[in-house]
Amino acid sequence: MASTGDLEPTHYPARRAAQVALHYLNTHHGSPFRVFGLQQVHKASAEDVAAGGRKYKLDFSVTDWGSGSAGPALRCSADVLFPRTERHSAPEVQLHCEALHQINSTAQEEDAFYQKYISPDSTVSARDIPDSFGNMSEEMQPFWRLARVAASFIMLRESSENTEFNMAKVASVTQQESSEEQLMLEFVVLLHDFPSQEIVQWKLLASWSPDRGVRVLQTEWQPRCPHATKPPN
Amino acid sequence: TMKGSIMGVLLVLALVVQDRLAGGLELKSYDYTKYHTMDEISAWMNQMEMENPDVVSSMIYGQTYEKRNIALLKIGLNSTTPKKAIWMDCGIHAREWIAPAFCQYFVKEILGSYKTDSEVNTLLKNLDFYITPVLNMDGYNYSWIDSTTRLWRKSRTPGTGNCTCVGTDLNRNFYANWGMVGISRNCCSEIYNGPSALSEPEAKAVTDFLGMHQNQLLCYLTIHSYGQLILVPYGHPNISAPNYDELMEVGLAAAKAIKAVHGKSYRVGSSPDVLYANSGSSRDFARLIGIPYSFTFELRDEGQHGFILPEDQIQPTCEEAYKGAMSIINYVHDKNFKSAAITVTATLWTTLTALWISSTNVI
Repeated sequence: MASTGDLEPTHYPARRAAQVALHYLNTHHGSPFRVFGLQQVHKASAEDVAAGGRKYKLDFSVTDWGSGSAGPALRCSADVLFPRTERHSAPEVQLHCEALHQINSTAQEEDAFYQKYISPDSTVSARDIPDSFGNMSEEMQPFWRLARVAASFIMLRESSENTEFNMAKVASVTQQESSEEQLMLEFVVLLHDFPSQEIVQWKLLASWSPDRGVRVLQTEWQPRCPHATKPPN
Repeated sequence: TMKGSIMGVLLVLALVVQDRLAGGLELKSYDYTKYHTMDEISAWMNQMEMENPDVVSSMIYGQTYEKRNIALLKIGLNSTTPKKAIWMDCGIHAREWIAPAFCQYFVKEILGSYKTDSEVNTLLKNLDFYITPVLNMDGYNYSWIDSTTRLWRKSRTPGTGNCTCVGTDLNRNFYANWGMVGISRNCCSEIYNGPSALSEPEAKAVTDFLGMHQNQLLCYLTIHSYGQLILVPYGHPNISAPNYDELMEVGLAAAKAIKAVHGKSYRVGSSPDVLYANSGSSRDFARLIGIPYSFTFELRDEGQHGFILPEDQIQPTCEEAYKGAMSIINYVHDKNFKSAAITVTATLWTTLTALWISSTNVI
């Protein structure tokens, strides 16, 4: 049963809402060299809103997975609104993080990565990132991060108070012909949802460039069992 | 001659091969920082028993659906009187590979330190450890087939009735508020709780063993991943264990011990508070039959790698989890054996005082 007012920061309602804010943050500021993860929720509260949804107010810290445990934590605040509509609709997020533009610039790596793969004869194609043992080549790491950022668009859109998504692995990446000077990548990603423990498969087409960031152009839910026919929501 | 030099080459090759074989069979050091197949783990269990016959014995306590023998290692110093015990199981869920890795690490640690570390020695003297490195052997084996099976979770029992899917979630199949919350009746679901409670032979095996050793068991630890959590009973939001406060205290102390190792934060709470409501878990069953200290560990990480934790994190994850588990085990031990220590100390003082009095009298 949902409670209104202050929420315990270590309990799941606050954590789930914070993860949604993280997905939003990554869709806007994620890159092949930057993916943010939740470090800690400091304070949280929730209230039912007039139109029939539930709004969470959050105070939390994030870190860049790229910098490992050595990296600084950024303080963020967010409002996350889960609408209560008959058919699922995406949560709405308003987010502010301190010092977002002061974190170490990855412009150099991004440009080098872009230059390397924007060439017309680049045809990157790989499967199982990481492999079953968690291994991933250094070359594949920016592609994993891109997939993770692109997957954030889907995770954000599909989230509700009853889900908690992470990306389990990248099943495949296939480079498509570049368009409008954007790297075009087709990913198949496997998402894990905590409450249902399901692995959900999505195929998506994403573009990226240092200037425009990550954009997701197409998404397609993919059944994993031969007989399954309809998407989770 | 040609023939002579061929013979010479063959001779050298034979010697090299023999040398390699001899080296392989001798001091084959087991790598605790790599994930191991079911066969490797079974062979390792035999090796642990053979190398430490005075403290390790194995027990087969059931069979999986695919007819594998479910085995545990019983570790403890021999005693003439029945001993209290600690239970630990790993690998209820196939894809949580870090869990069996931890069980193996835990065994290695206590076997490697009980002769020199007085704390561990005392634990093995007063307690027996029943450790099951992989409970869901069928599922674990299946998850090793290839990258498409890596994320398998459930058992490998075929679906019943109209169901074409395979597997039951073993951790929803126990007779503990079975079917009440956090389950699915869709047999294709990852949290399908089975056609009936204890339909799964793996869950039945644990249930029977715990039931038989009910009076001995002080502590039940079940190891999973991921999430960095220490969960206390119960999975049902409206039911609280009678010793909830104490369990939280013990859990929080374990989380503190974990954090001291590599700085990782583990959240502590009941499942409905920190994760989600569920029923039919082994931890809940253990608590319900009266095993007072019953915890679920969810090991690294928090979602970056999830189930596919890289091998270079096995060592640090096991180090911190070991400290967490030992924090709980030591608490449980001291609570049950501290009074014995006081009795010994009191007897000692009485004896010394009596000696002193008698010695002064002699003078």
